[in-house]
Amino acid sequence: MSANRLSHRASRHVKERIIESILFLAALVSVATTLGIVYILVKESVVFFNQVPLWDFLTDTQWTPLFDDAHFGIIVLLSGTLVSSGVALAVAIPLGTLIAIYLSEFASARAREFAKPVLELLSGVPTIIYGYFALLFLTPLLQKLIPGLPGFNLLSAGIVMGIMIVPYVASISEDAMRAVPMSLREGSYAMGATRLQTALKVVFPGALSGIAAAYILGISRAVGETMILAVAAGMQPNLTWNPTESAATITAFIVQVALGDLPHGSVGYQTIFAAGLTLMLLTLVFNVLGHMMRRRFREQY
Amino acid sequence: MAEPKPDLDTLPLKAQASALDFYYGDFQALKKIDMPIYEKRVTALIGPSGCGKSTFLRCFNRMHDLYPGNRYVGEISLHPDNVNLLDKSVDPIEVRMRLSMVFQKPNPFPKTIFENVAYGLRVRGVNRRAILEEKVEEALRAAALWNEVKDRLQDMAFNLSGGQQQRLCIARALATEPEILLFDEPTSALDPIATASIEELITELKQRVTILIVTHNMQQAARVSDFTAYMYIGELVEFGWTDDIFIKPKNPQTEAYITGRFG
Repeated sequence: MSANRLSHRASRHVKERIIESILFLAALVSVATTLGIVYILVKESVVFFNQVPLWDFLTDTQWTPLFDDAHFGIIVLLSGTLVSSGVALAVAIPLGTLIAIYLSEFASARAREFAKPVLELLSGVPTIIYGYFALLFLTPLLQKLIPGLPGFNLLSAGIVMGIMIVPYVASISEDAMRAVPMSLREGSYAMGATRLQTALKVVFPGALSGIAAAYILGISRAVGETMILAVAAGMQPNLTWNPTESAATITAFIVQVALGDLPHGSVGYQTIFAAGLTLMLLTLVFNVLGHMMRRRFREQY
Repeated sequence: MAEPKPDLDTLPLKAQASALDFYYGDFQALKKIDMPIYEKRVTALIGPSGCGKSTFLRCFNRMHDLYPGNRYVGEISLHPDNVNLLDKSVDPIEVRMRLSMVFQKPNPFPKTIFENVAYGLRVRGVNRRAILEEKVEEALRAAALWNEVKDRLQDMAFNLSGGQQQRLCIARALATEPEILLFDEPTSALDPIATASIEELITELKQRVTILIVTHNMQQAARVSDFTAYMYIGELVEFGWTDDIFIKPKNPQTEAYITGRFG
């Protein structure tokens, strides 16, 4: 009897081990892919930096990798990325925060049940569609307000990118605010506070690190966004801090070269790996920061 | 307890519950409660879990209004103005301006010690630094916390110990000079030493404020209260002077609970 039982358990154990290995392999695929990407980026970037000194890459103020007189100043592309991301955040942070406060503190359960899926739907719209929305709808509109605005500009692309990020910021911020314990809200109401006072003075500061994480994850999405910028902000490298100009971002440049007919192995082609590595480091820093803040927030309660 | 007990009719009333029913949706949690709350006395609510003592307490500052589906019937009149604070025309925020509450688990706000105590004043529109400083110090002294925190008022409140946090919550509740202070099992999350200091505090505070305290700890009720109400499944079974209730309860059910044979 007991021997029978033991063998039964052993067979179950084997089955569990097999399932465990399958699950482990599935996890391994995604980790291995990430490592593979990093490996290729670093390896190809090393080839690039053997020909272009890192110092030039960081300090040169021109980006003309395809000219005879080639310059490789990443700051030119970085300025486009930073300006468009800045515009996007100027839209997404206030709007996303307000939506989060509304959904978490004011909306009825019914309104929330309706609004949350709609928000999530919004974040599922393909970014190419946002890109055309910026180019064909928002830019003409802005041109009426700002005369002389070029057809490709960072402002229009940035605003639409901000709209794209709003659901993201709103959803994570709302989660953070809802995670603030009810006992804190009750404490505030018991002191005679109104809903708005409770939301702004107790719930918002209570969720601050979670909300900051939402902002930072929003930034890393803006920095990595490609299609909207490639379509609406132009492909012309331009060192500028003015959102009403046209400029290429790191991502737009990578698209341009990757789709172009540069021979593999040429320095011009190699640039996309250096640019890609820069982009990845940038988003990595923001993601790590965001997750650190999220974790800190969880520990608080 | 040696002092002679005054006649109940001569004691000033602070509040009076009359024919109070309360419903969570369809579930009736309080049934026809009639009970006086005497001014500047400590009244303890005791009874087994689910008897409605916390539900009753939370009627006083209309906390049930925060959740949909809750319904009050009957009244709690607040003296001296003799207004039914449960009336639909009465703004719950105005009620909460006059009554403060201390919760089961310390719930300091994610703010500094100073801002926690100043919260109620700021909510009431008081922003003058000098007034805030004066009131915060006074409240912290009244909550026997001043000496421990006077040099670290700008520290976050989370850094305090559990017992200190609860005294901070008491200071927060006192800063607005409430007429009634509601305690909902204020020591259930605290160790015995912190509990003793809170109990001592409650005994001192009755000089200045009417106190209503829910407790599951009968010794605590016996130690801190003047009056005790024993509740069971939504009904008030017995109310009276605490030593009467504990020494010679009239109702056999009360006696069974107090002597530990039940509950």
